[in-house]
Amino acid sequence: MSRLTLDRLGKRYGGSTAVEGVSLDIAEGELVVLLGPSGCGKTTTLRMIAGFVEASEGDVLLDGVSIANLPPHRRDMGLVFQSYALFPHMSVAKNISFGLEMRGVSGPARAARVTEMLRLTRLETLADRLPRQLSGGQQQRVALARALAIQPRVLLLDEPLSNLDAALRAEVGREIKLLQRAADLTTVMVTHDQDEAMAMADRLVVMQDGRVQQSGTQEDLYERPATPFVAGFIGRSTIIAGVGHGDGTFAAGGAVLRLAGHYDGSGPGTLALRPERLTLAEPGAGSVDGVVEMASYLGAVREHLVRLGPDLTVLVRDSTAGPGRLHPAGVAVGVHWDTRGERLFGPDGSPLTPTAGRNAPSRVGETSPSQRSVIYG
Amino acid sequence: MATALSRIQKGTAAEAAGRWLVRLLLAAAIAIIFVPLVLTFYLSFFDETLILFPPHAYTGRWYGRILPEFGGALRTSLLTSLAAVTASLALGVPAAIGLAGRRFRGRGALSTLLLAPLTIPGIAIGLGIYVVAVMIEERTAWPLSGSIPVMMAAHVLIALPWVVRLCMAALANADPAATEAAASLGAAPWRVLWRITLPSMRGGIVAGALFAFIVSFENLEMTLFLTAPGMTTLPIAVLQYLQYHIDPLVAAVAVAQVVVVGGALVLLDRWVPVARAIA
Repeated sequence: MSRLTLDRLGKRYGGSTAVEGVSLDIAEGELVVLLGPSGCGKTTTLRMIAGFVEASEGDVLLDGVSIANLPPHRRDMGLVFQSYALFPHMSVAKNISFGLEMRGVSGPARAARVTEMLRLTRLETLADRLPRQLSGGQQQRVALARALAIQPRVLLLDEPLSNLDAALRAEVGREIKLLQRAADLTTVMVTHDQDEAMAMADRLVVMQDGRVQQSGTQEDLYERPATPFVAGFIGRSTIIAGVGHGDGTFAAGGAVLRLAGHYDGSGPGTLALRPERLTLAEPGAGSVDGVVEMASYLGAVREHLVRLGPDLTVLVRDSTAGPGRLHPAGVAVGVHWDTRGERLFGPDGSPLTPTAGRNAPSRVGETSPSQRSVIYG
Repeated sequence: MATALSRIQKGTAAEAAGRWLVRLLLAAAIAIIFVPLVLTFYLSFFDETLILFPPHAYTGRWYGRILPEFGGALRTSLLTSLAAVTASLALGVPAAIGLAGRRFRGRGALSTLLLAPLTIPGIAIGLGIYVVAVMIEERTAWPLSGSIPVMMAAHVLIALPWVVRLCMAALANADPAATEAAASLGAAPWRVLWRITLPSMRGGIVAGALFAFIVSFENLEMTLFLTAPGMTTLPIAVLQYLQYHIDPLVAAVAVAQVVVVGGALVLLDRWVPVARAIA
């Protein structure tokens, strides 16, 4: 139960940079998820925190004290591995008691703690089994119990759910989250699965190419993605590279889209559209016209892939609870969205703030200092 | 329907033929392995001074003559092999841990060097060691050729690859994250080694020791160059005996050897499933 601080942490291997300039402040009891595609540096960052990888630059601090020079066995961190890494020659109870033994906890106290952990993770009846006699979900609970038994100052979870069946994942994820909250444990979790991350995190850190792209709550990342990568990764927006014109249109892939917001300036940029915030309309009534290319009824939602131009399609997703229907392929439709459905990025990847919505009252000549008026291009 | 049925029947006929072929091959393999053994066992009870067939009587007296005739050689063999196994474990287990762990410069070269004796004929190794020993002896007057240290070193050389190979195989099957998990739980490196790494390679260590013992104990061609009067291993003593006598005593020695080695295998397999350690 400590505050963990990463200060401009970096790792270079020869000429290549695996992690660069990662700074994070993780409060007591907070669960932070490092999220990104494979090779983004999230696992290297976790291993630097655990002490298995030596940082090339920067520092790791626990409650303000640097631990960068401590070997892993003196860092007091509970670690749950993707492979669980249980000790194959030891029973479940022996696995859980190992860390306590290493800490010199006396026999009776150790037994009491092991019993408590077995109860907490519902493993009482399996105490004398060997790891290979357990199911994946049970092994994962042993790994968690073993890490929690030592009452670590920080809990580190490395893709803890990725070896489980999809059906088990959500359930085990909730279980971990509850145990973590009950113990008020400062936790860093690494995953490539955004659903898992969104479900478990207090705060998310999206990484790509060794750098932090954006850090914030689920809502921050979803509503206000800082880069096209975050917009595409969180919620899987349709990402469209094109050219914005001063008249509020955006040309891409042979189509011209009417933007919902008004942006100053013109030039190349990237547009991110949220499929679930796009709606189908009559041709001519939306932001752009197109033709349905493929339609899928997925139970809770309908999805239409709409071709807007020779080189441009967008995905439109709407709830089957609402009105509307499945349009067969070949039907001409309009696609409509408002300012909450779109996010425009300048050529440097930074988001542009609309100076006014198309439907908002005109505020010509009135710009607040906080609004960025970037001439992009 | 009818054609489908006949196709199924044809399939079963082919399958049955296949099963019989497998059984036949199995029987042939068992015969090839065990017929010489059974014959040797049979021969060892002949009451003849030359191997004549059929024997006019049977006796167990040849077994009684093993120790008086070959006791010294057996003792030399056992001591040499046990020393070779001990030294191979002392060198090979740490080497396997080092080679299986992190990458370092010269890792490939070291691995090749440790496994190379497997690929070189025993005659070549024996001759090479003998020549080097004689050359050093000529220059320094240390009595190396036919000495105990050279004999033991040579046996370590041929036993070591088996220990390294089997220990590395055992480590390759172990999850490397387990050692990291132990460290994160507060185990210092030497405790990780003792509590996690060594237990995880137990099967490999036992199998490696066993193979090292067998390879050393039954080595003939390399040892030919390294013996001296009063320091003869069992296979060499048997060979020398064969030059002057052909009687059932040799068969009795062979049977005794098979019983000892086979017994060791069975006992060890109960303790550690060797087959699983190697697979």
